[in-house]
Amino acid sequence: MWLVNSSIGRKVVMSISGTALVLFLLFHAAMNLVAIISEDGYNMICEFLGANWYALVATAGLAFLVVVHILYAFYITMQNYRARGKERYAVSARQADVEWSSKNMLALGVIIVLGLGLHLFNFWYKMQFTEIMHMAGASAGDIALATDGVYWIKETFSQWYYVVLYLVWLGALWFHLTHGVWSALHTLGLNNNTWMPRVKCISNIVSTLVVLMFASVVVYYFVISLI
Amino acid sequence: MEKAINITLKVWRQAGPKAKGGFETYELKNISTDSSFLEMLDVLNEQLVSERKEPIAFDHDCREGICGMCSLYINGHPHGPDAAVTTCQLHMRKFKDGDTITVEPWRSNAFPVIKDLMVDRGAYDKIIQAGGFVSVNTGGVPDANAIPIPKKDADEAMDAASCIGCGACAAACKNGSAMLFVAAKVSQLALLPQGRVEAAARAKAMVAKMDELGFGNCTNTGACAAECPKSVSLSNIARLNREFLCAKFKD
Amino acid sequence: MAKKTSKQELAEAAELVKNTVVDAVLEAKEKAEEVVKETVKAVKAATAPAIDAKIPEGPLAEKWSNYKAHQKLVNPANKRRLDVIVVGTGLAGASAAASLAEMGFNVLNFCIQDSPRRAHSIAAQGGINAAKNYQNDGDSVYRLFYDTIKGGDYRAREANVYRLAEVSNNIIDQCVAQGVPFAREYGGLLDNRSFGGAQVSRTFYAKGQTGQQLLLGAYSALSRQIGKGKVKMYSRYEMLDVVVIDGRARGIIARNLVTGRIERFFAHAVVVGTGGYGNAFFLSTNAMASNGSAAMQMYRKGAYFANPCYAQIHPTCIPVHGAFQSKLTLMSESLRNDGRIWVPKKLEDAKKLQAGTLKGRDIPEEDRDYYLERRYPAFGNLVPRDVASRAAKERCDAGYGVNATGLAVFLDFSDAIKRLGKDVVEAKYGNLFQMYEKIVDENPYEDPMMIFPAIHYTMGGIWVDYELQTSVKGLFCIGEANFSDHGANRLGASALMQGLADGYFVLPYTIQNYLADQISVPRMSTDLPEFAEAEKAVQAKIDKLMAIQGKRSVDSIHRELGLVMWDFVGMGRTKEGLETALTKIKAIKKEFWSNVFIPGKADDLNNELEKALRLSDFIEIGELMARDALMREESCGGHFREEYQTPEGEALRQDDKVSFASCWKYTGEDQEPELLKEELNYEFVKRQTRNYKS
Repeated sequence: MWLVNSSIGRKVVMSISGTALVLFLLFHAAMNLVAIISEDGYNMICEFLGANWYALVATAGLAFLVVVHILYAFYITMQNYRARGKERYAVSARQADVEWSSKNMLALGVIIVLGLGLHLFNFWYKMQFTEIMHMAGASAGDIALATDGVYWIKETFSQWYYVVLYLVWLGALWFHLTHGVWSALHTLGLNNNTWMPRVKCISNIVSTLVVLMFASVVVYYFVISLI
Repeated sequence: MEKAINITLKVWRQAGPKAKGGFETYELKNISTDSSFLEMLDVLNEQLVSERKEPIAFDHDCREGICGMCSLYINGHPHGPDAAVTTCQLHMRKFKDGDTITVEPWRSNAFPVIKDLMVDRGAYDKIIQAGGFVSVNTGGVPDANAIPIPKKDADEAMDAASCIGCGACAAACKNGSAMLFVAAKVSQLALLPQGRVEAAARAKAMVAKMDELGFGNCTNTGACAAECPKSVSLSNIARLNREFLCAKFKD
Repeated sequence: MAKKTSKQELAEAAELVKNTVVDAVLEAKEKAEEVVKETVKAVKAATAPAIDAKIPEGPLAEKWSNYKAHQKLVNPANKRRLDVIVVGTGLAGASAAASLAEMGFNVLNFCIQDSPRRAHSIAAQGGINAAKNYQNDGDSVYRLFYDTIKGGDYRAREANVYRLAEVSNNIIDQCVAQGVPFAREYGGLLDNRSFGGAQVSRTFYAKGQTGQQLLLGAYSALSRQIGKGKVKMYSRYEMLDVVVIDGRARGIIARNLVTGRIERFFAHAVVVGTGGYGNAFFLSTNAMASNGSAAMQMYRKGAYFANPCYAQIHPTCIPVHGAFQSKLTLMSESLRNDGRIWVPKKLEDAKKLQAGTLKGRDIPEEDRDYYLERRYPAFGNLVPRDVASRAAKERCDAGYGVNATGLAVFLDFSDAIKRLGKDVVEAKYGNLFQMYEKIVDENPYEDPMMIFPAIHYTMGGIWVDYELQTSVKGLFCIGEANFSDHGANRLGASALMQGLADGYFVLPYTIQNYLADQISVPRMSTDLPEFAEAEKAVQAKIDKLMAIQGKRSVDSIHRELGLVMWDFVGMGRTKEGLETALTKIKAIKKEFWSNVFIPGKADDLNNELEKALRLSDFIEIGELMARDALMREESCGGHFREEYQTPEGEALRQDDKVSFASCWKYTGEDQEPELLKEELNYEFVKRQTRNYKS
């Protein structure tokens, strides 16, 4: 199968799974913004995306994409490490027009996965997971708060260390996306000399937008907690 | 203006493909800043020969930046710190008096070291043999002006075709990928009606050969294009991806 | 007393008679010996192998068609049973190897670089000529033929040159079909530029990298055959001898440059396309590894070396600027399309330029001497290379040189930039300007470029007949390595044309005429004594070199040879100078064979040994060049004997005395070679004095 055997095929898998995750992030971030505008509205969304069949299928799909993206990342990196040969350069220099992020995508990815773990613990575990468990008959967590997203936001972002951790996480995400978005388009062949600067610009806009939307919620509720 | 500088060179020496290599340090005095980097190495080699030592083996031939034979990794850059030149076009005026310069061979699994700074780039030839051509025999071809080609396409094909096959792209790539090299040839021929006929088969065959030879996966870092002595554009890689994907989806 | 006296007298008389008789006998003997010598000489001359160029019968324009119509061919089944060795992967070698393999022959192809794509044809910048007449400016096959013959100062074979002009059009078609991205006009059709020695625009080009694109085209065709297994490629191999069995070339001895191993290869025929020997001058526009060794190996095995003294000095190179310099860089002749060549009119301005107190751009228009436009109004800056080179030398010798060494003239684009705009100039010549700036560290858009002539190309080479076969059967020579087609001077953009003509369209035909007789010859074992002997001789030479263990590096001796060549066998040659050169070269040869030092081992990768082997041949070539130049008492094309010039300093040919192609036959180590002459019969063109003035 060429999506596994050929180098471009593997990159296409990275590209498509990555693009889907970016779309999810845009969607997720837009939902989050609602929390600033209207707390009730946000909780309505939380309820809507609770333990319903469509939300669960989407979550499973999302998990699958994440797993594929991560597995391929490790596979590709391992192959690339081997392709570099046994001897390493004694001196390596930076090229002016090479983005720092593009050379550290795996490291950034690892930070993002760690952040994701924290995030799942902070929110998903206490919300959707609790609902599922509850439906399955087990009693895990507080079912009364499972759809009260705003409560959990307030709870989490009133603690300064979570704010710092989330902002670091979002920073890593920004770097990851600035390269990831244009690189995904490039890998699909959607680029040329004229579009190169435009595609890179789009990439920067998308990643900044995503990160700003997420970060604004974090900062907003941290500030609220201080008042 | 011409000056003379003193430099320290750290050069990778390795007796043979399987031998263990290491850096040797050499002091060089009174090097004219008008001399090229390879002429500086000539001076060093003359010095070594006069001391009855074996000179440093390095690849070089035309010394005017077109044959693609020279292949030195200088201070962390393939072909050295100057932009858009080969090693033979790098001049000592780019260095300062008292500099320490580290010279290494290309490092890539697909380019094994032969001796000192010389590597085997036969892998690039094998990729071309897999499909980097238009399948026409000598004779029996139509008149050169039979098919008009838009100037824009011809110019873009020319830009891609200016690749000299030196290997700097794979040497610069942190993934040891040869994508820019393959993309340049695939692009050149895909842009011209003569090469269009076999474009799909060519892209598949060349990529398959590249993967088979142990080159890495491209992650679009762009180090290849940044270090390319002929400034072959990164967008050729997008075209290669496009050609390859179209070919695969057609199958 | 008287008796005694008479006795004495008698004795004296007897003595006298005896002496007279002895003298007479001795004299007679001497005379007889002389007569015998003369007779032997006469007999030898009469029985000497007459040089037969095998030119086909018929009118000029029909010779090649007639030849092809009547030549012998090899059928496809038999082609599979025949092996051909091709040495070299430049335009000629790669195109020949690819074409032969496409036809079905088994090809063994050798090159000294790591890849066939690196051959020095790649460095050709300007373009390739063809008689397409796409520009509708009156070009034709005949005109290209005529320009080439005239440009070569009437020292080339008519039939060969006509064939070259004839197939030139096929080359362009072939290259376009291969995907060579020639420059195009907005309408999508091919663009042309003009080159020296022609009044039409017939030069096709791909930016300033035409040689590269054409070579990569041939390389891709070759790669296709390597991929198919029809060509077996041996890269990093250097040919060290040709093996001749029963008077026919049957293989080569080659050294694996990575392992140092000497190996033997058999083939039914051997084709050599290893380029020219310009590096005998040490500093030239050739690549570092370009060498004349394969030619010398053929020469020593009986192939004639023809016109060795015809070496082209290219007028537009970047001047020499230091003792460390390893090579000279050419700036394409195409620059002369828009660039204007000049030196100051006033000697004091030249002095200031040399001292570095004045810049070229500061000299006002009226004080500039555009000497080419002045001397040659009709062709101006586009006179042939030899003419332009000599004119530059003449100005510099008179003290008008414009750089520190006084050995440079200006090539100025300020007019072109004014007329066309900087963008257009940049689009046309950008890469050349960039190259100049990298080397000289001056901006040619602002300051005029400085240029000076340098050794570039050798028109001389191994003698071949119309079929490109040397005087050894089964041994063929193509491209710059042979002597054909360019006469005493090559026009710009004709080298690419000749290399590809030989490789794509001539040799693949003519070699079949030979191979048709070889179909019953089975593949021979490389254990035959001829192979063993050749290998032994090669090994002995290497052992001898390694054993010298002297004090001097190969390059230091090569530089010394280069200086002698440039000073005495360069742009202006004299009888005395050439005699001096011969003495000096002999001394260099002695020095080399007694005092060279080669570090390392012979059975390993050893660059110094490679260079030493090549230098040993360059020394012999240098001697041969000087000898040929001394013999050729005339000035023609790239060969300028100062004794033979018009009052205005133009070359003065001696058609009645030395219009032949001189073919030197090897007679043994340290023996004077024998001179054979191929008379050039001009049946179709009338020889005239070249005139680029009106």
